[in-house]
Amino acid sequence: MGEAIVITSGKGGVGKTTTTANLGAGLAKDGHKVALIDADIGLRNLDVVMGLENRIVYDLVDVVEGFAKLKHALIKDKRFENLYLLPAAQTRDKTAVSPEQMRDLVEQMKEEFDFVLIDSPAGIEQGFKNAVAGADKALVVATPEVSSVRDADRIIGLLEAQEKHKPFLIINRIRADMVKKGDMMDIDDMIEILAIELLGVVPEDEAIVVSTNRGEPAVLNSQSRAGEAYRNIVRRLQGENVPMMKLEDESGFFGRLRKLMGFKG
Amino acid sequence: MFDLFAKVFGRDDASKEVAKERLRLVLVHDRASLSPQAMENLKNDLLKVISEYMDIDDQGFRVDFSRHDDAMALVANIPIRSVKRQSLSK
Ligand SMILES: Nc1ncnc2c1ncn2[C@@H]1O[C@H](COP(=O)(O)OP(=O)(O)OP(=O)(O)O)[C@@H](O)[C@H]1O
Ligand SMILES: [Mg+2]
Repeated sequence: MGEAIVITSGKGGVGKTTTTANLGAGLAKDGHKVALIDADIGLRNLDVVMGLENRIVYDLVDVVEGFAKLKHALIKDKRFENLYLLPAAQTRDKTAVSPEQMRDLVEQMKEEFDFVLIDSPAGIEQGFKNAVAGADKALVVATPEVSSVRDADRIIGLLEAQEKHKPFLIINRIRADMVKKGDMMDIDDMIEILAIELLGVVPEDEAIVVSTNRGEPAVLNSQSRAGEAYRNIVRRLQGENVPMMKLEDESGFFGRLRKLMGFKG
Repeated sequence: MFDLFAKVFGRDDASKEVAKERLRLVLVHDRASLSPQAMENLKNDLLKVISEYMDIDDQGFRVDFSRHDDAMALVANIPIRSVKRQSLSK
């Protein structure tokens, strides 16, 4: 029996889809059988981030409505034969699926996969409720900004009220140079405010944009700092105790030099 | 004096301190916010308990959250008609 993990945030655009794609690819690379569910019905995106947009035939709503079999809707990844994507419907909305139907679907998928990762839409409405319905664990993605942290707090409250498993925090897009100047909240600030367990910290990294352009998750790029951060989270999800990566300030002269010479933290 | 000190060394000015302080306040409010129904229940329960000790004007009875500089408070405004004698002897 596999584990279902929802990636959620409250606020939009903080990196849920990026995180789902990277953790999925990372877990698959480590040999696990992984399925990704794009639960953002109407705003399908995980397919393009994974570079699988040309292979879609059926989608999540087709499966839930019994129009297509699960095995026919699942798209096999290009790189890993043990990684699959169940795409969202693009021409329907969140009301096309109910939390009960999602729970059944996820339950069914857990029998076949080691990990089922669910990419939640932004917001706290039905799309969110659908996404969390079948999950055993929740990862809350937040950037070090006031609005993102506030919305994360709200989501954590909702998750705790539903007596889900304790949510874990992933801090995304942190910038060491700004933290150093006191112009960005640091890891301790965020943990203190949100009072939940930290699973990982992903730095702001151009490689994310480049990898999204190409449809190749950064976790597979050994040069990327964000990729390294995601590799660490992947190991923690497998129960390994991995120390937090040191945030390097690569904006100064020595930082640039280190980067040029290919040193890693 | 302390203000000047803080300014010179730029500690209080760091925008993350502003962010943290604003978050602290807004989250206290967000977390404390009760649904209108829960707020109504709270009012009724308060009314019931306080009525055992004094005669209150339930029309003028108000309960609300209030923000004082850096703290949140639950403020109740309870107009009293008269205090019952037995409560004085307690
Ligand atoms: N660590 C990072 N460094 C740089 N850019 C990033 C990082 N994480 C995410 N981004 C960029 O931020 C944008 C939003 O990311 P993403 O689509 O993953 O967010 P989301 O939470 O899924 O958004 P939505 O709420 O719309 O579903 C993307 O353009 C992505 O490339
Ligand atoms: Mg998304």
